[in-house]
Order: sequence, then C-alpha cells, then structure tokens
Amino acid sequence: MNLTPDQTVFWSRGFITINLTIVTSWGIMLFMVIGAKLVTRKLKTTHKISRWQCMLEMIVTGIKDQIQEVGLENPGEYIGFIGTLFLFIAMCNFWIILPWYEPPTGSLSTTAALAIAVFLAVPFFGIQKSGFLAYLKTYVKPTFIMLPFNIISELSRTLALAIRLFGNIMSGGMIIAILLSISPLFIPIVMKALGLLTGMVQAYIFSILATVYIAAAVQESIKKKKLIHQKTN
Amino acid sequence: MQINWFTVVAQILNFLILVWLMKKYLYKPILQAIDEREKKIAAELADAKSKVAKAKIEQDEFQKKNDAFDQHKKKMMDGVTGDAEKERQKLLDAAKTEAAAVKHKLEEASKELQESLNEQFLQKTQEEVLSITKKALSELASTNLEEQTVHVFIRNIKAISAKDKKQFTDAFHAGSALSIKSAFELPEKEQKSIKTAIAEVLGPDIKYAFETDPKMVSGIELVTKGYKLSWSFAAYISSLEKSMASSAKEPLKAVKK
Repeated sequence: MNLTPDQTVFWSRGFITINLTIVTSWGIMLFMVIGAKLVTRKLKTTHKISRWQCMLEMIVTGIKDQIQEVGLENPGEYIGFIGTLFLFIAMCNFWIILPWYEPPTGSLSTTAALAIAVFLAVPFFGIQKSGFLAYLKTYVKPTFIMLPFNIISELSRTLALAIRLFGNIMSGGMIIAILLSISPLFIPIVMKALGLLTGMVQAYIFSILATVYIAAAVQESIKKKKLIHQKTN
Repeated sequence: MQINWFTVVAQILNFLILVWLMKKYLYKPILQAIDEREKKIAAELADAKSKVAKAKIEQDEFQKKNDAFDQHKKKMMDGVTGDAEKERQKLLDAAKTEAAAVKHKLEEASKELQESLNEQFLQKTQEEVLSITKKALSELASTNLEEQTVHVFIRNIKAISAKDKKQFTDAFHAGSALSIKSAFELPEKEQKSIKTAIAEVLGPDIKYAFETDPKMVSGIELVTKGYKLSWSFAAYISSLEKSMASSAKEPLKAVKK
C-alpha cells in the first residue's frame, strides 16, 4: 500500500520523475481551466444568466467576500492566488468520491509546494504593498530580539500548513484503505463522505490561513500608510 | 513520508501556471461580468429613481390640473344648473301664460259657440213661435199676424207716456227722417194707419222711411235719432232666451259642483 501518490512513478530519468501526483494535478488543472473557459465563454451581463455562470459567480464572490472579511481591502488583487489555492485543494479533495483516486494533496510534496507558494506569496504581497525595506522591518518588530522568533514563526507556520493538509488527507485515504480491507461494504462510503467534508474544510483552512498571513504582511504597510496620511493631515 | 523535491518544484510551477490561467479564464471575466451587471443595475436603478421622481412631478401636476378642472367643472355645473333653473322657470312661466291664453281663448271660443248656438236657437225659436203665432192668429181671429202687430204697435204709440213723448219729439226734431223697420213689408193700409198714429204725436209733414229687416222675425221698430220705439216678438223671445239660457246653465253648474 502506497502512503502517497508520489510513490506511483510513471516515468523517471535522473532527477526528473513523472509520478501520479503530477499527473493527477495536471488532470485537475486541465479540468478547472477547461471548465472555467467553457462557462466564461458565454458570460452574460443581463439579469438572466446560466446556471453554471451563476454557480461560478457565487463561488468567486464567496471567495472575494471571505478575503475582504479577513481584512484585505482590495480582494481583486489577491483572489487569483487565494482563490486558486482554495479551488485547487478543493478540487483535489473533491474527487476522492471516485474509486482508486489518490488526491495530490495526499502527497507531502504537493502540500509542501503549496505551503512554499504561500511562504513566497506573503513577502511578495508585503513588498508589493510597502516596499522591500519596510517589509523587512516587520521582522524586527516590536524589537530586534524578535527577529529569530519571527523567522521561526514564518517557517513553522509554513511547515504546519504543509503537514496539516497532508496529514488530514493522507489519514483519510489511509482510513478508507484500511476499512476497505476490513469491511468492504457501506462503511467506506460513510468514510468517503466524511473525507469529502474534511477535504473541503481543509481547503478552506489552508486558503484562509494563507489569506491571514498575507493580510498580516499587508496590514503593516496599510497601517503605516494610514499613520503617514494622518500625520500629513 | 518522503518529499520528492522534483515534485515540489513541479507542483509549485503547476500551481503558478494554474493561478495565471484561472486569473485569465475565471476571475477576470467573472468579476468583469459582475461589475458590468452591477453598473447596469445601478444605472437602471438611477433611471428608475429619476423616472419615479418625474412620475411624481407629473402626478402632482396632474393632480393639480385635476383639482383645477374639478373646481372649474363644479363652477360651470353650478352656473349651468342656475341657468337651466332660470330657463326652466322662464319656460314654465311662458307655458303657464300660453296655457292661460289658450284657456282664455278656449273659453272665449266656447262662449262664442254658446252664444252662436243660443242665437241660432233663438232665431229658430222666434221663427217657430212666429210661425205658430201666425198660424194660431190666422186660424183664431181670421186676421194675420202682421195686422195684429201693427195694431199693437199703433196702440203702443197712442199709449206713450208724457215723458216718452217728449223724448220722442225732441229726438225727432233733432233728426230729419223717421225710420220704420219691420220684419215684413207693410201693406199700404197698415203704413197709413201707422202714419196717422205718429202724426197724432208729432204732427203732419213727416218723412217716413219704411224698411224691411227679416232678422226681426216679427214686429215693428220706429227709430229716430236717439230714440227707439218698438214692438216685436223679440222681447218675448228674449225673455224666453234668458229663461232657456239659465235652464241651459243649470246642468253645467251641477257638473261643476
């Protein structure tokens, strides 16, 4: 029994390895892009819209509202990253309803990749908003002593992100696999439903934490801008 | 639980590509569509608001006009009603006057008819009485009615009172001719008797003018200026007429009661 889909290798040459994780991710990406393209091909701006457009609008506006609720003032700038994060994880976890499907999020490589993406996105948005030096200064706040703790915090939360998602999804898959060997009827269905719920919750947790981290980085610059604005007035 | 670093790098790349693709094919068009719809709805709402405001103004204006129209209508209606009442009263008065005139005319016509009938009746009665009297007198006294009439007329002349005689004389002297009317043509003998009787009162040299008036039925009438002496059945028949007229009115009175 494979613990992760990384272990299912289709093609390998030296460092390069094409495994099930990558192939499944491509499949999900293809599905998402084609689906989005098909629905947005005939978008209507009138009062009457198609069901698919309505569904996508609900998802997009839902994500946008969530980002705004966390504290990011202009959600349009972050929806590309955070929204895709949520939708990708949700899609990866959604298809566990299919038999023999192994979610890419059940691979530590994928969750680590996503956590690294968040780890990189936080300074990216922070620097974009307040500048390189101003962002770096946030690591030495409130005092210089806090620098190592802040760095440890950054790394540990990234690690936590990766491990949390991987642990939840992998454990779900493991439980289903074990239960299938013990009791192949009915019980795995219930567990799959539970796994689906867990998967959606994890997608939400992952993306909302990413939003919170980005918001924390961006808030510093916003606070600074507000202070400068008040002083000039 | 191993990490495949190639998979990590590949997944990071995959994810970044997906972010770019989703931005292009999902978020951008969807958010754009939502924005456009919101703008459209906002425009429609603004338009609706302006239309409502416009409608309110128009409604107020219409209400004002309606009120003014109602007042004007009421005023006109009052005026027209007053005029109509006046006109009705006028027409009513005219109709009453006309009705009164017609009634009066009808009464006049009725009266005339009654009088005409009475006259005809009287005429007929006189003729009948005369005819009966003539026949009776001729059968009873062997003389005709004319002779008797002349005799009675002469007797009346002779029996004239002093006062009447004076009046007669004065009237005769004022005029020139003495007119004697009779219902029939008087024979020479009777004319002579009358002349003699008059000469006894007025004296000789009198111009006589004998005339015949069939309307008189029977009798003789002496006329000079301002004086008239006569004898005829008319007096009796007039009394009969009055008696008959009063008896003719009796049933009418009874009906009126």
